[in-house]
Amino acid sequence: MINASIRKDFPMLNGRKMQGHDLVYLDNAATTLKPQCVIDAVTHYYTHLGANAHRGDYELSFEVDTAYEGSRKAVAQLINADEKEIVFTSGASASLNLIAYGYGRKFLKEGDVILSCEAEHASDVLPWMKCCEENGCVIEYIPLNDEGRIEIETFKKCLHEKVKMVALAHVNNVLGYEQPMAEICALAHQIGAIVSVDAAQSVPHMKIDVKKMDCDFLSFSGHKMCGPTGVGVLYGKYNLLQQMDPFMLGGGSNARFDMCGNILLKDAPYKFETGTPAIEAVIGLHAAIDYLNQIGMENIHQHEKELHDYAIEKLMQLENVHVYNPHADGGIITFNIKDVFAQDSASFFNSQGIALRAGQHCAKLLNEKLGTSATLRASFYFYNTKEEIDRFIEVCAQANIENCLNLFF
Amino acid sequence: MSGYFDDPMVLREILMDHYQYPRNHELTHDETYMSRHMASDSCIDDIIVEAKINDGVIEDIRFDGVACTISTAATSIMSELLKGKQLEEAHTIIDNYHQMIDGKAYDEEMLEEAVALKGVGKQANRIKCATIGWKAIEEMIEESEGK
Repeated sequence: MINASIRKDFPMLNGRKMQGHDLVYLDNAATTLKPQCVIDAVTHYYTHLGANAHRGDYELSFEVDTAYEGSRKAVAQLINADEKEIVFTSGASASLNLIAYGYGRKFLKEGDVILSCEAEHASDVLPWMKCCEENGCVIEYIPLNDEGRIEIETFKKCLHEKVKMVALAHVNNVLGYEQPMAEICALAHQIGAIVSVDAAQSVPHMKIDVKKMDCDFLSFSGHKMCGPTGVGVLYGKYNLLQQMDPFMLGGGSNARFDMCGNILLKDAPYKFETGTPAIEAVIGLHAAIDYLNQIGMENIHQHEKELHDYAIEKLMQLENVHVYNPHADGGIITFNIKDVFAQDSASFFNSQGIALRAGQHCAKLLNEKLGTSATLRASFYFYNTKEEIDRFIEVCAQANIENCLNLFF
Repeated sequence: MSGYFDDPMVLREILMDHYQYPRNHELTHDETYMSRHMASDSCIDDIIVEAKINDGVIEDIRFDGVACTISTAATSIMSELLKGKQLEEAHTIIDNYHQMIDGKAYDEEMLEEAVALKGVGKQANRIKCATIGWKAIEEMIEESEGK
């Protein structure tokens, strides 16, 4: 287990109360809390650097460029990519939209198939639905097994010559299952399909190597890995990035243009980074990556797994709790309090200082599979402790319709 | 009367009763009814509310859907409270309800069982649950008034 002394690094974990109780933050799949070093990196930019990136011929501007590109290098090293394969976006959703817009709309044709699955996040399905509307391609959904996983044999059966794109999450944001992405990539490549991996729930929690995985695109967000909001990453194999269209045109992304309408775009990744980016967030992301590396991605993964197994063992003893994914690979537990609607129980957890999420978690196709209209989701990160799990279990045990309604009187 | 509405047990029973046995909880799909699908305000509640408004009177209100305790009870209570009311009177009740939800002065007598929702603001994010069905009827009243 990671030593709980690292909690001192997080201002939100030192004295912040919710509804009169010490905060137990279990909504890490939505966003993560920030260590002081990340907050400092953000304010350092505003306090000491101030200038725009890639714009000026003066010392300050050079320092900003160095910091900005230094972050790109840190991201590249984190996932074992080359710097030129790292595009900064506003978040995983922007990255996924950029793939559907810049690659999908440009290269997919009528009748081409995009493979998705019922458990995908809205940000990994809706951009493709729009692409289908424009280009006449179609989405086919890989059936999940009873537990909610993609089985590799089923995946094989879903591959056919029309499949040109496979768009799947590495770790699902509701069920927490890790999909066998390296095998999926290898099989997809055999028929010439491109694989886009939504890694928003995996990069923050485990060691990722894009070369080993051999994915074509990989998207993730900074804020889910202790970084600032407003920055995300699109990794793409360089030849694919070079072929793709940018989402936006304008300052920073072009090399030159003339009045005849000739536009010469810069090479990737710069052609995708039009307009002034979230410079402080990019710099803050670098601090977050350094912080995670210091703790160690393997340690983080191990810690979350231990918390998960500890919580599941206790939850399974509670008769009023139904867990939908007891065998999740990461720190995501999706559950309901029996006979209580998720929104009602979420308010009870709130009243006890426990932050978790109720709803469909942006995966609205999945609920039919789970046989419920809404669920609760508790999601862990490396700063959560067994003591917090104990508190969570204690509140689970008290949750019933009477207690959920008593909040209002 | 006010003692009755101050008793948490009583108020909780009202909510439970309307949640477990929601009134007017069947849609007619009748073309003479107006209809509103309320699903975009929150991630979870997904309800349809129907209303028949004729000559300035709310003749009927129906609803159905997937929703939490608070929105189901609030909509059920609303359907009973506003059914048969003149539009002018309905406006007054609706305004009064919003006053209560917002923690301002309100007329308890006029709201009857809806008083059970007076504490909903203690969980601020649930205010939308307590008002989703009410918002539907407000929209349909406005439509009937040609606004």
